[in-house]
Amino acid sequence: MPRTLFDRIWDAHRVASLPGGADLIAIDRVFLHERTGAAALARMAETGRTLRDPARVFAVMDHIVDTRPGRGDGTLMPGGEGFITETRAACRAAGITLFDVNDRDQGIVHVISPEQGIVLPGVTLVAPDSHTCTQGAFGALAWGIGSSEAEHAMVTGTLRMERPCAMRVTFAGALPPGVTAKDMILALIAAQGAGGGAGHVVEFAGEAVRGLDMEARMTLCNMATEFSAVTGLIAPDERTFAYLAGRPHAPADFADPYWRTLASDADAVFDSEIVIDASGLAPMVSWGTSPEHTIPVTARVPDGPQRAHDYIGLAPGTPLAGTPLDAAFIGSCTNSRIADLRRAAAILKGRRIAPAIRKALVVPGSMAVRRQAEAEGLDKVFEAAGFEWRMSGCSLCFYAGGEGFPAGSRVISSTNRNFEGRQGPGIRTHIASPETVAASALAGAIADPRDYPA
Amino acid sequence: MSAFPQPLVARAAPLLRDNVDTDTIIPSREMRSTGRTGLADGLFAPWRYVGADTRRENPDFVLNDPAYRGAAIIAAGRNFGCGSSREHAVWALAEYGVKAIVAESFAPIFRNNCIRNFLLPVVLERTAVEAIAGREVTVDLAARSIACEGIAYAFAIEDEAQQMLLHGLDAIDLTLQHRADIDAWTAADRTARPWVYDLPARTQESVTP
Ligand code: SF4
Repeated sequence: MPRTLFDRIWDAHRVASLPGGADLIAIDRVFLHERTGAAALARMAETGRTLRDPARVFAVMDHIVDTRPGRGDGTLMPGGEGFITETRAACRAAGITLFDVNDRDQGIVHVISPEQGIVLPGVTLVAPDSHTCTQGAFGALAWGIGSSEAEHAMVTGTLRMERPCAMRVTFAGALPPGVTAKDMILALIAAQGAGGGAGHVVEFAGEAVRGLDMEARMTLCNMATEFSAVTGLIAPDERTFAYLAGRPHAPADFADPYWRTLASDADAVFDSEIVIDASGLAPMVSWGTSPEHTIPVTARVPDGPQRAHDYIGLAPGTPLAGTPLDAAFIGSCTNSRIADLRRAAAILKGRRIAPAIRKALVVPGSMAVRRQAEAEGLDKVFEAAGFEWRMSGCSLCFYAGGEGFPAGSRVISSTNRNFEGRQGPGIRTHIASPETVAASALAGAIADPRDYPA
Repeated sequence: MSAFPQPLVARAAPLLRDNVDTDTIIPSREMRSTGRTGLADGLFAPWRYVGADTRRENPDFVLNDPAYRGAAIIAAGRNFGCGSSREHAVWALAEYGVKAIVAESFAPIFRNNCIRNFLLPVVLERTAVEAIAGREVTVDLAARSIACEGIAYAFAIEDEAQQMLLHGLDAIDLTLQHRADIDAWTAADRTARPWVYDLPARTQESVTP
């Protein structure tokens, strides 16, 4: 019987079929962060339960850490330091590998897991973080869970789950110049709705997906959760294996032949199929308060929920391009890897952001990305253009109660969520690719990156 | 933790918006400790209060309406609980007293978090959600049915989730009954995929800034 990639990984991890229809699925890796991980570890300590295999559990400080150079445990978020010190103590007590605040390998969980070779093809990996789907780019089944489920995975080495359905999203044809993986996933969510992937594991396939580098594949899978999918994944190929070779936690005798079997059979049947013509895509920018409120940068704001129009302050029929901006943000697990920074810097090089932009940040996804960018002189390009160059972390991808954008700001952001208040109370967020963020920061208004050739 | 009250009789507070996200259910700034308590006060803070840093109630928000204050049931739209995986959203709802949410659909992580905390997620068609919103309903989890003004609406829920909620079963305890299966699976897998298990200890030099 022909099988999908998802079937292969699921079946290989099924420990038992439970009465009532769920499966008991073995979990190969758990990754925690200080915002939600401490709660899971604290509960384990309370109940006297222990980790089944601490060597396969990892943790990082990324969500609320300060991103200003010279940082320590102190945070701009009131009370944030407690999350850091409690997580550190709990990780030590449990024997978990921790990437601490000033570790040279520190970074956003979904950026450092691949960098460290912790996610590998064919593994199951869970984290109490919704963007764990990012790591599906490596042909792993990686998904976000809650703290209780994280505790379950750490104690039992398994999760109880109903088998999800399988969906294939094929991006046929090649992407036009100036159009990126971010635009692909935004176009999918805009077309199908933020609930379009519910109940499904989504395999991304097709010529335009094959053509993406690993960083762009991570961007594509990153927003599977905004599509309400259980997760996204991409069949591993030579590019995947080359990326992982030599990574600290990847096997030394690299490329298990098993990894080359990780693909959907040509005649595999998916529960649902979507085909998108990649060659017809344009740079996408969100206009409202859900990722489904997204249109091509050249389009006009459509009719949407009144609440979204009121919050964002844009009436139906308004052209999105030209909307004045107050701030710009390049960062997050969606778009903060070296390839993202290179593309944004190429647009900014030799130019200066508009005076209207009162705050502009670049927050590298990991300290390794930061070092690489500095070796290439990208930090100087960003600073000369008027961006602040930060240490790694989640930063203003979300508002934790400390640092914020100036009150009432309209922000162009390379992040993944444009919810009401996501980047601060009353802050209006437009999500887009790093190229679009760079071009818009130069223009001081939402702009088409194709008008700013590198 | 307590099991689901069977049956649950309460008025369903109407919150008929789509894509209500967990940042709105409990904003990050309201998560002040690593614990699971002290969250009810911050529930729906951006909508419930006027201004970000005040506790002045917004009279237009449904849970500030005397008819729905302390509501045990919320009637919601499509994709409820989307966004961040934070279980704090469910802990905040539970601490506030919410026992069931009836929605057109749920985000998957949020739905799992509900079940693990014995909060019932019920999916009904939009017209049915609209019909019960604002009315007193009787939720019978054993019968998988919601009754409102003489009409019964059937809903689906997996057997396992139903039993966990009805009897307050802990998922970890249930799974540990399969310890022998897990051990056998792991032993075989260790041979098939040694690279999953043989991880290098991090060297000291890799952690020095
Ligand atoms: S960068 Fe943003 S979306 Fe990604 S893990 Fe951090 S807070 Fe979540």
